[in-house]
Amino acid sequence: MDVLFIVLPLAVLMALVALVAFFWAVHKGQFDDLDTPAHRAVLDDEVKKKE
Amino acid sequence: MDKTNQSSSTIQCAHCGLPVPKGLVQTGADKQFCCAGCRIVYDTIQSCGLDSFYRLREVAGETLQPAKPTHSKYQAYDAPEFTRLYVQPLGNNAHSIELLLEGVTCSACIWLIEKLPEVLPGVIEARLNLRAASVRIAWDDQRVALSQIAQMLDRLGHPPHPAKGQGKKAMVRRESRKMLIHIGIAGALMGNIMLIALAMYAGDASGMEPIYRTFFRWLSVLLGVVSLGWPGAVFFTSSWRALKNRSINLDVPIALALLVGGVAGIFNVITGRGEIYFDSLAVLVFLLLVGRFVQYRQHRRADDAVELMFSMTPTSCRLVRDDTIIEVPVEALVSGDIVEVASGEVMPADGQVTHGRSAMDEALLSGESIPVTVSTGAKVFAGSLNVGQTIRVRVEATGESTRVGKLMQLVEAGVQDKPQIARLADRVGFWFLPIICCVAAVVFAAWWSAKGMGNAIDHTVALLIVTCPCVLGLATPLTIAVAIGRLSREKILVKSATALEALAQRGRILLDKTGTITRGQPKVVRYIGEDEAKALVGEIERTSRHPIGRALHDAFGEYELSGRLRATLGNVTERHDGGICANVGRKRVEIGSLTYMRERVESIESIIPTIDLLDQAGETSVIVAVDGAVRAIIGLRDEPRDDSQQAVLSIDKLGWRPAILSGDRPAVVNAVAREVDIDPLSVTASATPEQKLKIVKDCARMRRTIMVGDGVNDAAALAAADVGIAVHGGAEASLSAADVYIARPGLMPIVELLRMSRHTMLVVKRNLVISLTYNAVAGILAAAGLMHPMLAAILMPLSAATVLGTATWSVWRYDWHGKSAKI
Repeated sequence: MDVLFIVLPLAVLMALVALVAFFWAVHKGQFDDLDTPAHRAVLDDEVKKKE
Repeated sequence: MDKTNQSSSTIQCAHCGLPVPKGLVQTGADKQFCCAGCRIVYDTIQSCGLDSFYRLREVAGETLQPAKPTHSKYQAYDAPEFTRLYVQPLGNNAHSIELLLEGVTCSACIWLIEKLPEVLPGVIEARLNLRAASVRIAWDDQRVALSQIAQMLDRLGHPPHPAKGQGKKAMVRRESRKMLIHIGIAGALMGNIMLIALAMYAGDASGMEPIYRTFFRWLSVLLGVVSLGWPGAVFFTSSWRALKNRSINLDVPIALALLVGGVAGIFNVITGRGEIYFDSLAVLVFLLLVGRFVQYRQHRRADDAVELMFSMTPTSCRLVRDDTIIEVPVEALVSGDIVEVASGEVMPADGQVTHGRSAMDEALLSGESIPVTVSTGAKVFAGSLNVGQTIRVRVEATGESTRVGKLMQLVEAGVQDKPQIARLADRVGFWFLPIICCVAAVVFAAWWSAKGMGNAIDHTVALLIVTCPCVLGLATPLTIAVAIGRLSREKILVKSATALEALAQRGRILLDKTGTITRGQPKVVRYIGEDEAKALVGEIERTSRHPIGRALHDAFGEYELSGRLRATLGNVTERHDGGICANVGRKRVEIGSLTYMRERVESIESIIPTIDLLDQAGETSVIVAVDGAVRAIIGLRDEPRDDSQQAVLSIDKLGWRPAILSGDRPAVVNAVAREVDIDPLSVTASATPEQKLKIVKDCARMRRTIMVGDGVNDAAALAAADVGIAVHGGAEASLSAADVYIARPGLMPIVELLRMSRHTMLVVKRNLVISLTYNAVAGILAAAGLMHPMLAAILMPLSAATVLGTATWSVWRYDWHGKSAKI
C-alpha cells in the first residue's frame, strides 16, 4: 500500500489544478452573471429550429 | 406569422400584445398597435430583420410592457464630458460602455439586444446581463457614434441610461469574486479532507499499519490548516473586529471552535495521540461561506434594481448657446448657462426662469401636492418636474450646491446617526459564548479530577467543536436571503437583512402624505354652482397639460357640450399664471385660481368665505367665471388611495402605530388623516426636511421607528430611521437613503412586507430552537465522552441540512394572503 504516499499527494495536486482553473474562470468573470448564459444557450437553438 | 393578432376577440397590439384601445384600431390595417411607441419599435424590429424576436418571446411566455421610445437624439452621449465619465477605451478606436436599459423583461430581450452588432455596423459586441438589465457594448468610434447606438436601442424599445457608480461596481465585483474563490478553496480542501477521513475511519475499523494512520493525519492537518487559515480567516478577522469594539457577534463562538479545534488537532498530530477534527472543521468553514455568499448575492440583487432606478434620472439636458440648442451631460453645466426644460422633464439645476411660464411639480422636494406656477424671474429647483410648458432657465447652482445637493448632505448626517440594531444571531452569539465557556470549564474540571489532564483536554475540545453554532450561522442568513428573494418578486426590494429583522418588531411608523397615502395627483371632490358650466370646463380643459387641468377634464369631460356651443368654442389659451380662458360665442369663459381671478372678476369678495371653507377642508379651489361673473367653484384635492385606510388599519394591527409626517399644509394633511383614521395628535404638517429629520431622530431614540416617504425632503429622515422605506416613484435621494424600496404604488406592499418579515423571523427563531437543541444534545454526548469525530462529522451536515430544508421551504412556500399571512 506504499502507493498511497504517491497517490494521495497526487490527488491533492489534481485538486490544486482544478482550483487554478476555477480561479481563472472567476477572474475572467465567468461567474459574474449566472442567469443570462442559461437563456442565451436556449435562444440560439430556438431560432435555428424555427428557421 | 403573428398569432397575437387574431387570437381573441379583442384586438391585440402587434408589439406588446396588450389590447388595442378602440379609438386606435385602424380598419383594414394588417397590424394594430396600442400606441405610437409600439409601432415604432415593431417597425424597427421588422426593418432590421429581427422578427424572430416575437417567436422567441412567445416561447419565453413573457408579456411585454408597451414600448416607450423617448425619441431623444442622445447627442450628449458624444460629448467629451460624457466620454470622460462613462466610456472606457479599449485601444484601436474601440471603446466600451455599460448601459442600463429600460424594459428588459425576458429572455427574448437578450437575443434582440445582442443582435446589435449585426444591425449596426461598427458595434463590436453587445452582452446583456438579464438580472441587472445592463448591457456592455464595445464599438468602433470611427464607424459608429455612441449616440447612434443609443438611438437604436431606444427605437428597439429599450431606452438606455449610462451606468453610474462604476467605482463602486468594480469594488462589488472584486468582493463577489473573492468570496467565490474562498468558497472554491474551502470546497476543494473539504473534499480532500473528507476523502482522507473516510480512509482513516475505514482503516481504523479494519486495522491498518500505524504509518498510514500517521500519514493520513499529517495530510489532513496540512489541508485543514490551509482551510482555517485562508478561507476561514474571515471568521477570525470578523470576531477580532467585534472583540476590539467590545462586542460579541456570532462569529466569536464560531472562531473559538475553529481555533480550539485547529490548535488541538495540530498538537495531537505532533504528539501522535488523541482525535483530530479537521473533517468537521473544513465542512463548517465551507457551509458558512456558502451561506454568506447566498445572502450577499441576494443583497446585490436588491441593489442592482435600485441602481436601475437611479440611472433613470436625467443625465443630459438641453443647453441654449447662441440661439442653438445642444445636448450636454448635466455634469457639464455651469452657473450662468441657459437651459431649456420641456414639459415632462426634470430640472437639472437650480435657477431662475428667463423665458416662459409653466407649472412645476415640487412634490418630491417639498411634499406640496399641487404644482406651483412659475413665470419669468421665478426660482426653480433641481429635481422638480416641469408639468406645464417649455421654459428656459438661467442656471444659478449645480451639483452639490443646489437645494437637492444640500439636502443630500443632510442625508449623510442621517446615515451616521442611524441607530444600531443588534442582529438576532449576534445577540444569541453574545449569550452563547459565556455559557459555552462555563460548560467547557465544568466538563474540563470533571474529567481532570476523574481521568487526568489528557482526557480532560480531549473531551473539552470535542465539546467546543460540536457546540459551535454553525447551523445558526448558516440557517439565519439563508432564511433571510430566501425571504428577500420572495419579496423582490413582489417588487419589494430589501437592501439589508437588519431591516427585515427590525420590521418584524413593533413600534411607530411615520408616513409621508403626498404620493404615499395619497395618489399624488389632484382630483375634483367638490362642485358648487350651476351644472351647465361643467361641460364648458370639461371641453376647455381638454388639451391642458397642467395636472389641475387634467383633473378637471377627467371629472367633466364626459358632459356633452351642446353642438351649437361647441361650434363656437375657440381661442383656448392656457395662461401660466394659474388659469385658462376661452371664447364661447361672444362670451368669455375664464377658469383659474383665486389670484388669477382677482384681476378678472368683479365682486370677488362675495365668494371669499366659500374659498376659505374649501381651504379649511384641505382643498384647492378653482373658480369658473363667464364674462366676469362667477358661475361655479370647484374643489380639488389629492385624495387618499382606495386601499390606504385598510392598509393603515392592517399596519396598526401588526403593531406599528401610524403617524403622518408631511411637508404639505396643515389643513390638507389633517383632512387626509381623518379619512384614513390616523389620530390627529400624531400628525405633523408643514415639516421642513430638517424638522422631519429631528422628529424621526427623537422618535427613534424612544422606540423602533419606520419612516415611509418618497421625496427628497424625506431622504434625511429615511436615513435616520431604524428602517427607511422609499415608495414608488421616489426621488434618487430617497432611494439611496432607504433600506427598503417598494416599486409598487400604495401602502398595501408595506403591509405585505411587515407580514413577510414577521413570518421570516418566526422561522428564524424556530431554527434557533432546533439548532440549539442539536447543540445541547451533541454537547451532552461530548461532555459524557461519547462523541466520536466520525459522529460529529455526520451529525453536523445532517443538522444543517434539516434546518436549511425546513427554513427555505416554509419561507419559499409562504402564502401572501392565506392562513400564514394572519400571523
